[in-house]
Amino acid sequence: MNEPSGKPKLAVWKFSSCDGCQLSLLSCEDELLTLVGQVDIAYFLEASRATVEGPYDLSLVEGSITTEQDAERIHRVRRMSRRLVTIGACATAGGIQGLRNFTDVEDFVTAVYPTPAYVSTLEHSTPISAHVPVDFELQGCPVNKYQLLEVIRAALGDRRPNIPSESVCQECKRRGNTCVMVAYGTPCLGPVTHAGCGALCPSYNRGCYGCYGPMESPNTEALTGWLRKLDYDDVDLVRVYRTFNASAPAFRNESERHDPSA
Amino acid sequence: MNVIVQSELGPGATVIVDRSALDSLLAAIAAQGYHVVGPTVGDGAIVYGDVSSSAELPVGWSDEQDGGTYRLRRRDDQAVFGYAVGPQSWKQFLHPPNLRLWRARRGEDGTGLEILEEPTPSPRYAFIGVRSCELHAIAIQDQVFLPGAHPDRAYAARREDILLVAVNCGEPGGTCFCVSMDTGPKASSGYDLALTEVLDGERHHFVVEVGTDRGALVLADVPHRAAHDADLAAAAEVTAGAVARMGREMPAVDLRALLLANYEHPRWDDVAERCLTCGNCTMVCPTCFCTSVEDTADLAGDEAERWRRWDSCFSLSFSHLTGGDARSSSRSRYRQWMTHKLATWVDQFGTSGCVGCGRCITWCPVGIDITEEVSAILSNPTPSADAT
Ligand code: SF4
Ligand code: SF4
Ligand code: SF4
Ligand code: SF4
Repeated sequence: MNEPSGKPKLAVWKFSSCDGCQLSLLSCEDELLTLVGQVDIAYFLEASRATVEGPYDLSLVEGSITTEQDAERIHRVRRMSRRLVTIGACATAGGIQGLRNFTDVEDFVTAVYPTPAYVSTLEHSTPISAHVPVDFELQGCPVNKYQLLEVIRAALGDRRPNIPSESVCQECKRRGNTCVMVAYGTPCLGPVTHAGCGALCPSYNRGCYGCYGPMESPNTEALTGWLRKLDYDDVDLVRVYRTFNASAPAFRNESERHDPSA
Repeated sequence: MNVIVQSELGPGATVIVDRSALDSLLAAIAAQGYHVVGPTVGDGAIVYGDVSSSAELPVGWSDEQDGGTYRLRRRDDQAVFGYAVGPQSWKQFLHPPNLRLWRARRGEDGTGLEILEEPTPSPRYAFIGVRSCELHAIAIQDQVFLPGAHPDRAYAARREDILLVAVNCGEPGGTCFCVSMDTGPKASSGYDLALTEVLDGERHHFVVEVGTDRGALVLADVPHRAAHDADLAAAAEVTAGAVARMGREMPAVDLRALLLANYEHPRWDDVAERCLTCGNCTMVCPTCFCTSVEDTADLAGDEAERWRRWDSCFSLSFSHLTGGDARSSSRSRYRQWMTHKLATWVDQFGTSGCVGCGRCITWCPVGIDITEEVSAILSNPTPSADAT
């Protein structure tokens, strides 16, 4: 399966997405050269037009499934990949385009495109895991480049990646931040959100808006009770849970509890 | 003359240091080579940082604390220590949240393995404004890390040679309950110097109790005068006021027996509905010590590092065993935390694991209150359970 070089083959695939997660890989500037020494970047259109045929040892998949063609293509990718890791909110939860899942997709198509007839799209935006078996899901919008490297290292070393699925709060506290919710009354999704960003937003005195998706045991209902005390009404609650990970089950269920149209 | 000053200032002595001499105290400490850390106003709360003059301390500040809320407030006086503990504790210095334990490198010729030991610094900290509950918390972590044949090197090195300048609380926080845990508000031991701030009208000074020779040595270079009975009475009044205004109270029962007899109490289900399993309570608790150990390697596989970081019994991975997570429900995770703090800690280390600082109540994003949870179990204990 390996190239004559003996190096494992890496492929990066794009489905419905903004390319931000693939860019995280390219922005690993310091590590990129070492990476190229360790793997053959066999298929990565964002970086190079030159491609090497499969099968691949590790496929990183960005994006969600929103078209018939992609729903077929992902099966081909799976068949060519020894390990398949999904990266980012789109691939793991359906992404921001998963907002269509709460309404009639035709409404979006007619509102956005001048010639809706040219657009052929599925009714729902779904994560890769809804279509094929996935070996690991790396959450984040976009993913953290250091976590991405860890996932690649783990695949090369044939071990489980060290990606804690605890809350953002734990990173926030280890960083020595003061909690923005407790000290300022700023609504924060940190307690229900998956760690990985290093508590970026609270470090700049902003509440977390959940771009890393649900943590391992999210108690969204309890957090909602507290957000109401901070004057959140139903409209606010629907909005706060309905962003990049709107279709992740924990966030979807919570937004639907407050959506009168659901 | 020198001899007299020395004996006057020995352990057990009490003197007065004026507010105007506080800077001289800080300077004397720094002059002895200590790295001085104390409370400062920053980031919406009173947090710990480097301090070189009394102007950097939270002069004229206080706080309002309740379950899930904390607000900085201006005082109408210039008290230097007129607030309770904030989100941070001294454990961040003695038991850092992220710590590299060692590194390893592949040998030059590509074979073999070289272990690079991590230096363990002894920064000689001087902690300023350590509250009684925090002295107890440090003593508890000492019990966790130091005894036995294998003391924790990283902790021991940082703990060694520290100077503890305590402050007896005059302004307890809304979530404090040290009185009922017998851990405050007045420092009883474990300090080098203990200050009680007396401020009324024109009078603003500190009644300073000397705990150790080390404390006396520092004080020798600071202007001070004899303390009279009236000064001691004024200091006692500060403590009495703090006792009277204590924010909360832990029920005065055998907590260990109560909790061990109530493992199946319905209240655990109730708290599980409210608990976010976010782990904030364990992170802010000055006695919680759990860590996980993580290995990392570089892409080329030539260098590896082992890191230790604060972990929490609220994380699933904390109880991960072959076959699954032992404590998968929130109920079992909250129960583990509270029962460890108040009951099984006694079996493990001989004291309670809770010093009544109230941090877990204030900094719980949804205001879950350990004293309230105990009261709820106490008001309706499970009958017939076996207390072992
Ligand atoms: S700021 Fe947000 S992420 Fe940080 S501790 Fe508070 S609730 Fe958690
Ligand atoms: S704090 Fe929250 S919203 Fe901000 S980057 Fe992290 S996960 Fe995303
Ligand atoms: S359990 Fe809570 S009150 Fe007790 S020492 Fe820990 S943080 Fe303080
Ligand atoms: S008790 Fe509060 S701080 Fe602790 S895990 Fe539960 S919600 Fe988080």
